[in-house]
Amino acid sequence: MTADVRIWSVEHRFGDFTALHTVDLQIAAGEFIVLLGPSGCGKTTLLSIVGGFLSPSEGRVLIGGEDMTLVAPKDRPTTTMFQDYALFPHMSLEANVGFGLRMRGVGRRERREKALEMLDMVGLADKAARRPHELSGGQRQRVALARALAVSPDVLLLDEPLGALDLKLRRQMQLELKEIQRRVGTTFIHVTHDQEEAMAVADRIVVMNHGRIEQCGTPEEVYLSPRTLFAAGFMGEMNRLPVTPEGSGLASPLGPLALAPQTGALCLRPEDIGLEGDFSLGRARLSEAAFFGSHHRCHFTPLAAPELRLIAHLPQGAHPEIGAEVELFARNPIILPEAAA
Amino acid sequence: MRPRLGSPLAWIYLAAMFTFILLPVITLVVFSFQDGRLPVPPFKGATLDWYAKVLSDRAMMEALGNSLLVAALSAFVSLLLGFLAASGLARVLLPGSVLMRGLLIAPMTVSYLIIALGLLQMFNQIGLRPSLLATGIGHVVINLPLCFAIIYAAIGAHQRNALRAARDLGAAEWQVLLYVAAPMLAPSLAAAYFLAFTFSWDEFIIAFLLTRFDVTLPVEIWSMLRSGLSPETNAVGSLVFLVSVLIVVTLELSIFRKARK
Repeated sequence: MTADVRIWSVEHRFGDFTALHTVDLQIAAGEFIVLLGPSGCGKTTLLSIVGGFLSPSEGRVLIGGEDMTLVAPKDRPTTTMFQDYALFPHMSLEANVGFGLRMRGVGRRERREKALEMLDMVGLADKAARRPHELSGGQRQRVALARALAVSPDVLLLDEPLGALDLKLRRQMQLELKEIQRRVGTTFIHVTHDQEEAMAVADRIVVMNHGRIEQCGTPEEVYLSPRTLFAAGFMGEMNRLPVTPEGSGLASPLGPLALAPQTGALCLRPEDIGLEGDFSLGRARLSEAAFFGSHHRCHFTPLAAPELRLIAHLPQGAHPEIGAEVELFARNPIILPEAAA
Repeated sequence: MRPRLGSPLAWIYLAAMFTFILLPVITLVVFSFQDGRLPVPPFKGATLDWYAKVLSDRAMMEALGNSLLVAALSAFVSLLLGFLAASGLARVLLPGSVLMRGLLIAPMTVSYLIIALGLLQMFNQIGLRPSLLATGIGHVVINLPLCFAIIYAAIGAHQRNALRAARDLGAAEWQVLLYVAAPMLAPSLAAAYFLAFTFSWDEFIIAFLLTRFDVTLPVEIWSMLRSGLSPETNAVGSLVFLVSVLIVVTLELSIFRKARK
């Protein structure tokens, strides 16, 4: 089952602190949405409001077209996968997964069938009689997923569900989450501060900061054409240079650049800086380099502005020598207004 | 690394400490077997006569039954009220919840005598005569704060999240308490119950002031003591002590050991 979610001018205050400033968001049925931002950006508050654990100070939440703003969590078509899994330690996995159905008055046999089916989906059917403490972190996490999905919610809320796992397991679980989401078709709203995780699973990423939505778009949109300096900086690495118009070009700390006149911050991804490109950044000295497998990560000190540092990814085949002076080129420039930061 | 053996001095100190703590109890138990009329040295030989006398003493056995009844029921009521109060206060942040917690725990700091006097006056006014019921209520008054404090302390972030998950999965509030909160808190609930039980079982002042015809065991023992020392009182005392020890040992073996895992 699945449903769309509309968040209508939702604002939330904790005492004097405003955690969310008039947030508007529309989520289509069956979408995998990731709320991405640093801690304290309001993403978890927004998730709690959708789940019904918090009532917004202002605004409304609609799920499947129905106003859910004041409906208690137990009566919402949403379930949550909590960061610490929140499994019931005194119940077997089967009872854990079947709990939601039991609360809905589903009979014992049907409950058992559904629970086993869900455990099978996450690859734990053989451990149905075990208790949660006998499982590893990744397995507990799968049980939490199975439990949340067993009641066929319209919307599944995931509160940093992979936060406690190690990197390798996290990458694997991201794939599984995405796969399961495609299979069941439920709308997933996933909260994380890890931009790689966001890119791995999301249909659309909602970048949040200071209780506001900075940008909302597909991973490509957010990465390639960030709308604000915050979104640009949070989604991957970014070189930033302040620029002002000068004649028919731009003035920058590196000297004049052959770009259309504009005021703001020139943003360049490390992979868009190299020994060739669309426009020159002037000469620079390589101060540090490290081999990262797919690329060399290099720190350049521009000769025109020795206090600055440019980060560039040079191709595998390049053999950068520390101290070498080269002319740097760049492509795909993005100029964002400075004030938005 | 801990040294395996302490100095002889440490061992002597330990022995002295245990002697100091346990000597009264040991004396009590030893002289309950006294083959003579007085429970004082010298020890004249062992007999089980006094135990037989206690067990065939109608009044004594009635008092024992009363004590068990009051302890079992008052501990249960204290546990139930304490559990509900703790779950409620742990779940929501109300204005003044710190004050409410303080008020709930406050009776612990008041002497039993004062509580008993207050209850006596109040029961007089509302026309509740001194009885086992009155004593039971008194024991709830002293044990509720204890149960509340034990259970409230046991509710951590882990429990709170599980309760949240249960509500999220569609459980009504009573289902959350019955299916998730109570089983997760089982060790603390049991600890609270048995502590409340032993406190009620041993309690004298409140029982003394709030009972009249049906009395609890400590009150019966007290009235027996008034007619002078006898190995029979030692025998009763030993039995009471045995019950308390059994409860503590059961607790230690079953619940606390499990909770530590």
